[in-house]
Amino acid sequence: MIPTPDLSHLKRADYEHVYEPAEDTFILLDALEEDASALLEAKPLVCLEIGSGSGCVSSFVGSILGSSCLCISTDINHHAALATLRTGSQNKTAIDSVIANLTSPLRTRLRHNIDLLVFNPPYVPTVDEEVCDAQGGRNIEGSWAGGKDGMQVTDMVLDQLDDLLSPQGRFYLVAVKENDVPGIQGRMLNRYGFQSEVVLQRRAGREHLYVVRFVR
Amino acid sequence: MVRLITHNLLACHAKGCTSNNFPLKLQDVAIEVREAEFNPDFVRGFLPRLEWKALVQAARELGDTSLPEEMPEMVDDGFLKNLHHVLLEIHIDEGAMICPNCGHTYPISNGIPNMLLAEHEIG
Repeated sequence: MIPTPDLSHLKRADYEHVYEPAEDTFILLDALEEDASALLEAKPLVCLEIGSGSGCVSSFVGSILGSSCLCISTDINHHAALATLRTGSQNKTAIDSVIANLTSPLRTRLRHNIDLLVFNPPYVPTVDEEVCDAQGGRNIEGSWAGGKDGMQVTDMVLDQLDDLLSPQGRFYLVAVKENDVPGIQGRMLNRYGFQSEVVLQRRAGREHLYVVRFVR
Repeated sequence: MVRLITHNLLACHAKGCTSNNFPLKLQDVAIEVREAEFNPDFVRGFLPRLEWKALVQAARELGDTSLPEEMPEMVDDGFLKNLHHVLLEIHIDEGAMICPNCGHTYPISNGIPNMLLAEHEIG
């Protein structure tokens, strides 16, 4: 049993600017925990979490892999990047937190070099303008507003996946029913040859949550 | 946090800046050394993923001359310990990273690099 990261250093005021871990975070932790021994066996050297928010997931990955892997995180929201850094030190897991839009400054050097990629995206279907405002605002709205089908931001990462993952790389993605998970899986197989599997799914209130794992 | 291992992975991504955009030059940096667990397998495994010259240059800019100019063919424990220190124990808390090509400045504050671009700079 891997303990959930200690987030006691984050207060109400922090969660006004940073997404507070919720069921979608916990299903991702559960999926990673189920795969913990396989992850260790694969000996990843570079892990990237996109949109790290509170840093809960990156810290959890850090506690699975310890000093055997570099954990980098990005978030477009500077409050989130700072929260991630603080969560790393609170839990004695080293996270190199970067303020960035998705993977932009890392794409050249991490091309085909990411062994473990993790993304809990803004998956809530909203009107398109809301996504632009939310990502442009670089604030907490950007953590959930997903545009048409909730896929606007996720699609950008899916289109980069072939460039990002190392030959043995794995990608864990959180999604909801409205995102059309079978459709995503089909597209990734046909366009890029990625195999994928729903590793966990559960209902949480109104949301039907999925964690999908992609490999080459 | 910005350690030299991460610095070795960041490139300028401003609009039109696609060559000579790495490594970012460190400027006015405040550094602190914090001990990290030595994992020789990790350091050895990471070697092929490094841009060696960029790493040596950055380390020297920060006053660390422990790494040889060329990546050694024989990797011993002493070398791995030096490399471990350079990659994982030197933290840049404040300062900036400047693109050698377009001069874009990426500030580092509270140990976090801000790699965002303004709307008109996004490629």
